[in-house]
Amino acid sequence: MAPRKSASVSSRKTAAKPAKKDFVNGTVADFDRDADLKAYREMLLIRRFEEKAGQLYGMGFIGGFCHLYIGQEAVVVGMQMALKEGDQVITAYRDHGHMLACGMSARGVMAELTGRRSGLSRGKGGSMHMFSKEKNFYGGHGIVGAQVSLGTGLAFANRYRGNDNVSLAYFGDGAANQGQVYESFNMAALWKLPVIYIVENNRYAMGTSVSRASAGHDFSQRGVALGIPGFQVDGMDVRAVKAAGDEAVAHCRAGNGPMILEMQTYRYRGHSMSDPAKYRSKDEVQKMRSEHDPIEQVKARILENGWASEDELKAIDKDVRDIVADSADFAQSDPEPDVSELYTDILL
Amino acid sequence: MPIEILMPALSPTMEEGTLSKWLKNEGDKVVSGDVIAEIETDKATMEVEAVDEGVIGKLLIAAGTEGVKVNSAIAILLQDGESADAAAEPKAAAPKADAETPAAASGDAGGKARESSDEPTAKADSKVPAAPRADIPSDPDIPAGTEMVSTTVREALRDAMAEEMRRSEDVFVMGEEVAEYQGAYKITQGLLQEFGPRRVVDTPITEHGFAGVGVGAAMTGLRPIVEFMTFNFAMQAIDHIINSAAKTLYMSGGQMGAPIVFRGPSGAAARVGAQHSQCYAAWYSHIPGLKVVMPYTAADAKGLLKAAIRDPNPVIFLENEILYGQSFDVPKMDDFVLPIGKARVHRVGKDATIVSFGIGMTYAVKAAALLEKEGIDVEIIDLRTIRPMDLPTVLESVKKTGRLVTVEEGYPQSSVGTEIAARVMQQAFDYLDAPILTIAGKDVPMPYAANLEKLALPNVGDVVQAVKTVCYK
Repeated sequence: MAPRKSASVSSRKTAAKPAKKDFVNGTVADFDRDADLKAYREMLLIRRFEEKAGQLYGMGFIGGFCHLYIGQEAVVVGMQMALKEGDQVITAYRDHGHMLACGMSARGVMAELTGRRSGLSRGKGGSMHMFSKEKNFYGGHGIVGAQVSLGTGLAFANRYRGNDNVSLAYFGDGAANQGQVYESFNMAALWKLPVIYIVENNRYAMGTSVSRASAGHDFSQRGVALGIPGFQVDGMDVRAVKAAGDEAVAHCRAGNGPMILEMQTYRYRGHSMSDPAKYRSKDEVQKMRSEHDPIEQVKARILENGWASEDELKAIDKDVRDIVADSADFAQSDPEPDVSELYTDILL
Repeated sequence: MPIEILMPALSPTMEEGTLSKWLKNEGDKVVSGDVIAEIETDKATMEVEAVDEGVIGKLLIAAGTEGVKVNSAIAILLQDGESADAAAEPKAAAPKADAETPAAASGDAGGKARESSDEPTAKADSKVPAAPRADIPSDPDIPAGTEMVSTTVREALRDAMAEEMRRSEDVFVMGEEVAEYQGAYKITQGLLQEFGPRRVVDTPITEHGFAGVGVGAAMTGLRPIVEFMTFNFAMQAIDHIINSAAKTLYMSGGQMGAPIVFRGPSGAAARVGAQHSQCYAAWYSHIPGLKVVMPYTAADAKGLLKAAIRDPNPVIFLENEILYGQSFDVPKMDDFVLPIGKARVHRVGKDATIVSFGIGMTYAVKAAALLEKEGIDVEIIDLRTIRPMDLPTVLESVKKTGRLVTVEEGYPQSSVGTEIAARVMQQAFDYLDAPILTIAGKDVPMPYAANLEKLALPNVGDVVQAVKTVCYK
């Protein structure tokens, strides 16, 4: 079966389709040199970090489940560029990218992946469970959909306190079918809570494609009955994500209630490390990588505009590799948690 | 320096695999993300991607080789200007993380982390630290001459919430019908009038969702009181109570938790059928990261609910519909707070110990009065908190009486009583003069018919008989 048009991430080809707001007003944010270089660097950090995590998993340093974010980098990097201090982020278990984008240290994340004492959760959370009060990152949740209600609660707290912060609740196309998502939508709309629901539609809920799991493929319209506005966004283009983020953040900060952004994105790797991803063709993956890669898009633009030379980009690349290599070294040499940690942090 | 490409573990349980196909040849240039080979794991055929950039210098393992150990070198990747000859002698095997590198350990469904911790069993056991013991203070002294006010449990609960809401702006209550309706069981009566709709929040009928909203708000430091119209409906929300509220502090390495109270009636009311008649004390008492409170008297309801609201941990506060209207003396004090985790000796006696909690106490109290007439002097311990359980107080009593009966309305299997029985047997076996008896609800869904419902619940006669049995009378 040919890929459905509605799930296409190609903005240029599908933007003209009628009755479909494929991307926010068809607009992309105007990125200057600094913005593009920032986006390039942040996305590259996630990409290289995840590749290294995959490698460490292969070597047995990382155990259990490990869900990589490769391919989806533009979503979290673009959204993060639309936020201000105090805004909160919560997501599910494909969370390494979100944590890095929130400014949590590569060492802390990697050491948590290897289950070591300097990990962000002191080795007790693992790949799926990290948090940072300092960076306003609220996890890291392993139960599909739970973070949507929790993220709505973060927004509830903002409204209760009377501040103008917004919360971002990320979830996948799979979680979009969980009941509590709609319970949360209802309360958020009812109470006009400042929460942005970000559906990272990477087309597959583990091995089940959107068309096999969802009646109606436009996730941005899942709040229509409740009056929640939503847009589909080219989640492979960091500028489109930023533009959508800006609009949603402004909407929420102004007290207009929640908004839904469906980020049309794609994960290159399997659902987790042990997923051979036989439910999709190699061509499909290859096409995404070669035509829509979020990092290559930015790179091409930077070079085209003459904002940086190949050598300057290589320097960024090296810098990023050094950070990642350092985090990997650290995560392998850091000791495991002290056994006394078994019984700490259960109750305060 | 040339980089060794290692045979990766591509499932939590893989030890070795078949290198089925090379997709790159010696001399090929690769960049990060290029698929270089296919390997067959114990579960599936997987692609191996390059992590580093370079030129394939040498393929060390031929395509089709079976039983290639995880972490053994399969190819050499050359960096700029390096030659294949320089890298001709690969190291025998990849470096290991440490002695316990899990990839090398034997595999089964337990996954890697599990294997590594299971390895030297005897040694590992000796390393397990002892569970910490919390030092819980006793009840506060009630000054002589303090006025005692006859108060219903319902009023006591309301007063506790109101006092704590006056004390801290962070405290709010949310749930179905808590505001305008004044509470389905009138526990929140008057709160909307005093605190307004911002802090007394009517929710839609959406337990799973609003439990999550409450936990999310608590993670930011607010102090929600989430009322469930009954705890039966909280089964829709149990994922947030356990996975989101109870485990977050641990999973975050102590960075953030959920200071939240989930409260509402639990257990059988009267003639409301199977889905509305169930005690959740044993359920929640199973979970590390939760505190579970189930008061009997109005004073305990007030003092413990105030403590629960101030507690930085998630607290399950189990009430009972039948007890709501019962009156008890409550000391008139400015700030009457009781310690969570401390049992209360409700009646001092010497011949046998009854341990109960919540509405179970009504049977215990009546039975003790009857037994007194027969010359049996019963000590009654009201557990008040199910988790953490105040076993020392129980043990102290059992060491005195040598006989123990537990009483509760919940189902009999894996009940609070069986837990107490097991622990007392382990810790005070030599003091027991008779087997411990546990009185609980019958092992059936609650029937509707009046006669059957009566049979399904414990009764005073059962308790009297059990005490006589352990006293061999």
